[in-house]
Amino acid sequence: MRFSFFLKEALRALQRNAAPSLAAMLTVLLTALVLGVFIPIVQATTGTANDVRGRVLVDVYVAPKATAAQKDQLERRIEATPNVKAVDFVSKEEGLATAKKRNPKAFEEGTELLGRNPLPDRLRVTPEDPDKVGAIVDRLAPRNAEGKREPQLAAIGEIRNREDETDKILSATGLVKLLTAGLAVLLVLASIALIANTIRLSIFSRRREVEVMKLVGATNWFIRWPFVIEGVIVGFMGGVLAVLLLTIAKETFVDPLSERFALIAAPDTIDFPLLVVLLLFACVAVSAIGSGLTLRRFLRV
Amino acid sequence: MAETRTQSAPIPAQRKPEGGGIPVAEFRDVTKVYDGGSVALERVSLKVGRGEFVFLVGPTGCGKSTCIRLLMKELEPSQGELLIAGRELSTMPREKVPYLRRNLGVVFQDYKLLPDRTVAANVGYSLEVTGESRESIRRKVPDILRLVGLSTKLHAYPDQLSGGEQQRVSIARAFVNHPPLLLCDEPTGNLDPETSIGIMQLIYRINRTGTTVIVATHDKEMVDKMRRRVIELQEGRLIRDQAAGMYRPDESTSEFAIRLRGEMGIGAEGHPN
Repeated sequence: MRFSFFLKEALRALQRNAAPSLAAMLTVLLTALVLGVFIPIVQATTGTANDVRGRVLVDVYVAPKATAAQKDQLERRIEATPNVKAVDFVSKEEGLATAKKRNPKAFEEGTELLGRNPLPDRLRVTPEDPDKVGAIVDRLAPRNAEGKREPQLAAIGEIRNREDETDKILSATGLVKLLTAGLAVLLVLASIALIANTIRLSIFSRRREVEVMKLVGATNWFIRWPFVIEGVIVGFMGGVLAVLLLTIAKETFVDPLSERFALIAAPDTIDFPLLVVLLLFACVAVSAIGSGLTLRRFLRV
Repeated sequence: MAETRTQSAPIPAQRKPEGGGIPVAEFRDVTKVYDGGSVALERVSLKVGRGEFVFLVGPTGCGKSTCIRLLMKELEPSQGELLIAGRELSTMPREKVPYLRRNLGVVFQDYKLLPDRTVAANVGYSLEVTGESRESIRRKVPDILRLVGLSTKLHAYPDQLSGGEQQRVSIARAFVNHPPLLLCDEPTGNLDPETSIGIMQLIYRINRTGTTVIVATHDKEMVDKMRRRVIELQEGRLIRDQAAGMYRPDESTSEFAIRLRGEMGIGAEGHPN
């Protein structure tokens, strides 16, 4: 009986304060939309960053004069090094073919000019843990006293681990991630402030009612429940609308795009149903807590 | 003028309840200073016994309303103690205040009704608050509305009623829980004399059921004619506490009304001082 009474009171209040309630609902709607868009975006950039990290490689260039036996020794030595996941042999012909594909003009003209293949054979090493790629290089060619690298084996011509490029990519994606996350946090904070303000307005317009409630001996929770329920209803409606809009956007824009371009679908993002549940929960929680807290001030005395 | 004559009533004190038991309300040296520095009450001490009918009179700003609001624990006294049924109000924790208010009926000059609710809903609200069942509310509300003479206005909204009728609704709301103490702050302040008598008659009827009643009003003339205990305040000081003479505590409500109407017409005939 209690609950039905509170529900009735909440519905009556919604009906009577339609305008502020609508404003609160729109605020919730916007917050949910922002969150619903930003969560997948943040996740996508994180996914890209992880992807790049996964592509961290060490190229061990074989010295041109190395014999076949030396090459075999080198390959076994690398395989025995800790933190090495895989070793692929790339012959100079294969290397030239990929290089030509990437930069046809330079390499085709270059080979013509030189009259021979300038690339050495190389061993492509994939590390287990991309962050500890330096240790592999140190193992194969430790630095001497002057800080120069000294290859352990005669077959090693040069070692490169593309650290510079990967570092750049990692820091760029990190920055994007940070920026989007910061923006999302700001937007959520703004929405909470807006919701609190809207609820404060609607309570202010009902302070006479609250006064009478207190006059006849209503406990604070008795006064608060209808407001909290009202907040939950407003939050839920805003959340449902936001989810609807997000679904429409997903169906009409993102899905057709991701079918055509693998790029968009590539990074792993949150499952849509999970996102929906999360958003609805956030909306309801934020508005319920907002209305409950805002009332505190009015319940004093 | 300023002397305190408590037992000088010509008809010997039959107010048996006042002597025995704990006073329903008691002020002990209560001082109230508002934040701005204005003194609303200065060292006021008084006792109100069970079943009494007390008038609190004085010009506007003399501290009547402050007294009422102190008794509701809407305000805290700056100094002194305030007791309701022997219970010290200042030590009462905040979360107990709603339960105190359920034992107080309060009536205001501006009725304080909820405009978007029917008369029945307005009265029922104070039962709703105490967690009464729906059946009991449905039973009690028409009863109390019959008592205040509004049994036909059950489904009317406050703005469809006259001022007197609205005040009756607010009295019904205050009394529906049968509180031991009824506080009225200028209950007839907005009403014409004839309607005021009706309201006073209703409050008197409630008093006759054993409820202690404290009425704050500036209508000194009417108070003097009603011949109940009068406490007069002036600039926050208690200047008269008088069990005004020549009233019979067992006077019936209609006798009371007839006498009141008569005296209002005749003038200062039975004036004790």
